[in-house]
Amino acid sequence: MFDDFFTRALIAGIGIAIIAGPLGCLVIWRRLSYFGDTLSHSALLGVTLAYSFSFNITFSVFIISAVVALLLINLQKRTKLAGDSLLGLLAHSTLAIGLVLIGFLTSIRFDLMGLLFGDILAVNVEDITIVYLGGAAILLILYFIWKSLFSATVNYDLSAAEGMRPEVSNFIFTLLLAGVIALSIKMIGALLITGLLLIPAAIARNISSSPRQMVIIATLAGVVSVIAGLFVSLEINTSSGPSIIVVALLLFIISLIPLEIKGQLQK
Amino acid sequence: MAENNNLLVKLDNCGVYKSSKWIVRGISLEIHKGKIVTLIGPNGSGKTTSAKMILKILKSDEGQIKNFASKMAYVPQKINIDWTMPLRVVDFMKLTSHINNLEIVDALKLTGVDNLLYNDIHNLSGGEFQRVLIARAIAKKPDLLVLDEPVQGVDFNGEIALYNLIKKICSTLNCGILLISHDLHFVMSATDHVICLNGHICCSGTPRSIVKNSAYIELFGEHNATTLSLYQHDHDHSHETDGRVTNNV
Repeated sequence: MFDDFFTRALIAGIGIAIIAGPLGCLVIWRRLSYFGDTLSHSALLGVTLAYSFSFNITFSVFIISAVVALLLINLQKRTKLAGDSLLGLLAHSTLAIGLVLIGFLTSIRFDLMGLLFGDILAVNVEDITIVYLGGAAILLILYFIWKSLFSATVNYDLSAAEGMRPEVSNFIFTLLLAGVIALSIKMIGALLITGLLLIPAAIARNISSSPRQMVIIATLAGVVSVIAGLFVSLEINTSSGPSIIVVALLLFIISLIPLEIKGQLQK
Repeated sequence: MAENNNLLVKLDNCGVYKSSKWIVRGISLEIHKGKIVTLIGPNGSGKTTSAKMILKILKSDEGQIKNFASKMAYVPQKINIDWTMPLRVVDFMKLTSHINNLEIVDALKLTGVDNLLYNDIHNLSGGEFQRVLIARAIAKKPDLLVLDEPVQGVDFNGEIALYNLIKKICSTLNCGILLISHDLHFVMSATDHVICLNGHICCSGTPRSIVKNSAYIELFGEHNATTLSLYQHDHDHSHETDGRVTNNV
């Protein structure tokens, strides 16, 4: 069944949506959407470096994203600049460095569009294996640090006082975010990864009343967006990554309806 | 030696240095099982900073901390829960521990808010939220409980009930309690040891000895210091949080 490019795209996309669900919720709760953006912009640098030194792309993107993330945390401690300024600084400078480097790689034909928006239809069996093995590792680690991460998200001091060691789980979480970006850059692209992290979680926030519910709904919404988005792109011949995000957006709009009704009823 | 077995935390000349000044300095204190230690002092005197040092949230920049507590619970002074997170009281109760719903309800009953179990935490009033915070800390069954202004926003009768609860918890769990409080009346009536803070320890001792101390009088004024029996208010009944009357036994 892996013969068909469309089936491979579905399997890979569903895998990424499942990883993105819980991570996306944490990104929303911790107000890290710009952080995700910065990491994915820097991922472009990772890709160019991978091409320059004929490295594995996923590995190279993971390393660069992780380095940028740790750099950011370090800069936040040293400078008086606000978090969003530092994020912008890092996002755009790593993006620029990546694009400058691309200029040097004249020998390689570069698909810039593919990098920015991904090409899920070009996924091969090896990519799928990486997504599922990497994804399983990410989710397993997330499971073990969940309580610590979650309590630190609610209140850092409380978490620290009650022995949850939030500084450790925060550090690991940063690496996991870099990991999910590395896994999905080839398929979703640098510009749209944050969309797949954020929008399903945003849908879930509209219609859930407990954290666990939100994680489950976010995962389901991501999976539905991937499946529907891919079928739409096949049917009307649009690019697959953006189609997935557009479907997610439609789901988000639909998820606003129950909120509206509730608001009307309470008047 | 029995005294030593009960020792939970010992600070020896500790302090926190931040932005090129000492927030607090020269803090030495001990907290023992089954005893209540209260920190009092004006705003910015370093009460919360000292508590955070004891809780290992902040590192002491000098001196020595020995912490023998195996399980600490914390009621922070200020806590803002982001709207982006859907959180019910029951989820919040399980934040840092694995406890079942029965234990949760029991703890919420103690602070009179068991009816709020499935309520969205964002919709609680200030006083209700404070009761949930205290219940959460109690439900952990800690051996060291740190409460930072635990009754803020709670109505007067509720305040008395909660302070009595804290006193009771101290003996039933045999835990040590560090309390930060502005309520001099409670401090004087139920605390074993009072530490009067203003960047350093101004004075400390039993409540009785402290009110006669000149440093205390200077800090809190003649009026507060002399009116030790501030307000002894005896009802023959009390109220549940929803207004129901219960008779005192």
